[in-house]
Amino acid sequence: MERRTTMSKYMYLITILFLVVTGFSQMPISKRYYIADVPGLAWTAEFFVTHYMHYLFSIILIALAAYFLVYYLLVLRKKTSLTVFGYVRSGLIGGLIATGVLMVIVNLPGTPFPATFIIILDLAHLSLCMTFLGVSLYALLAKRRWLRSPGHGK
Amino acid sequence: MSTAISRRFFLKTGVAAAACSVVSSSPVARAANALKEGKPIATLLDISKCIGCEECVYACQESNEEKFPEPVKPFPKMYPGRVPVMDWSEKRDVMDRLTPYNWLFIQHATVEIDGEETALTIPRRCMHCTNPPCVKLCPFGAAQQFDNGISKIDSDICLGGMKCKTVCPWLIPERQTGIGIYLDILPSFVGNGVMYKCDRCYQKIEAGELPACIESCPEDVQTIGPRDEIIKQAHALADKTNGYIYGEHENGGTNTIYVSPVPFDELNKAVAQGPGKPHMKPVKDTMAAANNLTTAMMLAPFAGLFAAFGKFYSMSKKED
Repeated sequence: MERRTTMSKYMYLITILFLVVTGFSQMPISKRYYIADVPGLAWTAEFFVTHYMHYLFSIILIALAAYFLVYYLLVLRKKTSLTVFGYVRSGLIGGLIATGVLMVIVNLPGTPFPATFIIILDLAHLSLCMTFLGVSLYALLAKRRWLRSPGHGK
Repeated sequence: MSTAISRRFFLKTGVAAAACSVVSSSPVARAANALKEGKPIATLLDISKCIGCEECVYACQESNEEKFPEPVKPFPKMYPGRVPVMDWSEKRDVMDRLTPYNWLFIQHATVEIDGEETALTIPRRCMHCTNPPCVKLCPFGAAQQFDNGISKIDSDICLGGMKCKTVCPWLIPERQTGIGIYLDILPSFVGNGVMYKCDRCYQKIEAGELPACIESCPEDVQTIGPRDEIIKQAHALADKTNGYIYGEHENGGTNTIYVSPVPFDELNKAVAQGPGKPHMKPVKDTMAAANNLTTAMMLAPFAGLFAAFGKFYSMSKKED
């Protein structure tokens, strides 16, 4: 049980790390700001590679989000509850998944959405990510957990 | 032969055609219906007809002059220093390659046809992919695709990061430094100008006119119409002339279909390539790899759901 929780925790952290790196690499900054020059990070300047990786880790994040949501509703809710920071981060991840899924639809052949909506979508996804990173950093420094009861927090 | 273009023109002609009871057989009316239904239009370029007179190049420049960049100088100092300044404003008359001031150029090739050395000329510009990576992967939505298949870069939004060029299989968009919204943000650190490329004279299409390159061509090299009809015409032409087709499947399909009297691998070897001079190689669908993951993404929540239920079930069993 404890081992599984630790495993899912590390899976979540690795997924978020790669989503952030591959997500920011969608902007043309990696080559410009020498990130791609760091040994082992040349791939961050390859847009199709980072795009593909972003999709892969998004799939893992969606699966993890569904897992934690159902597990919380079935098991954890009986013993504990989400903190305010837990709710905020859940909402932000939900927003990131929702805007991300819409962006995946945009990338399919065809033009399902108007251009203005796509711009709003791009900016919303970026803003949600920045807010999530800010909130997560504060939560890490201030030791604010996801769950009220210690032992179950991420 | 169908040469209909804009919505207004198509609709006008379509209505007239309907009045004449020839709607079902008129290619113009079919093209009108294609636009009305939001279907893409495409162009067919018969390379054997092109004489390389460059009328289309001049017409393109004239038609799009108002869209060309007027950069502010001196350019902001770029950080880090290796960020290249790209300035074409003093070289506006360059016509032998793509630049921010030249969105169409003529590529030359000398090939052998029936044992005879033959010079071919090929009008080159944006291919207007059916699923354009320049549009889909622009991180700020500055590149757009219309229902009619035209892809266009919005110069008011573009930051000039050049991602569109990097992901374009033909490296079509060209950058001009010293213009655009980046000047109002952090000009030294973010962005580097605006990217420019052919937008199929969308403003002329909106006004019910033909794109300048088609309108000006004395040899009727280009034919425009609904994509499915253009594909049929391209195949009919290729069958008739023992020709070869390029653009139908490249990068998952484009709205620019070339028909050549020689195979495209020969043509590709014969044309001068380099910056601003695109190749004619086979191109795989660059968007396909990631898009193929869409099904897995749809199934992901179910995977998480089953895992959670599985854990809940095993825990309940242990408690019993």
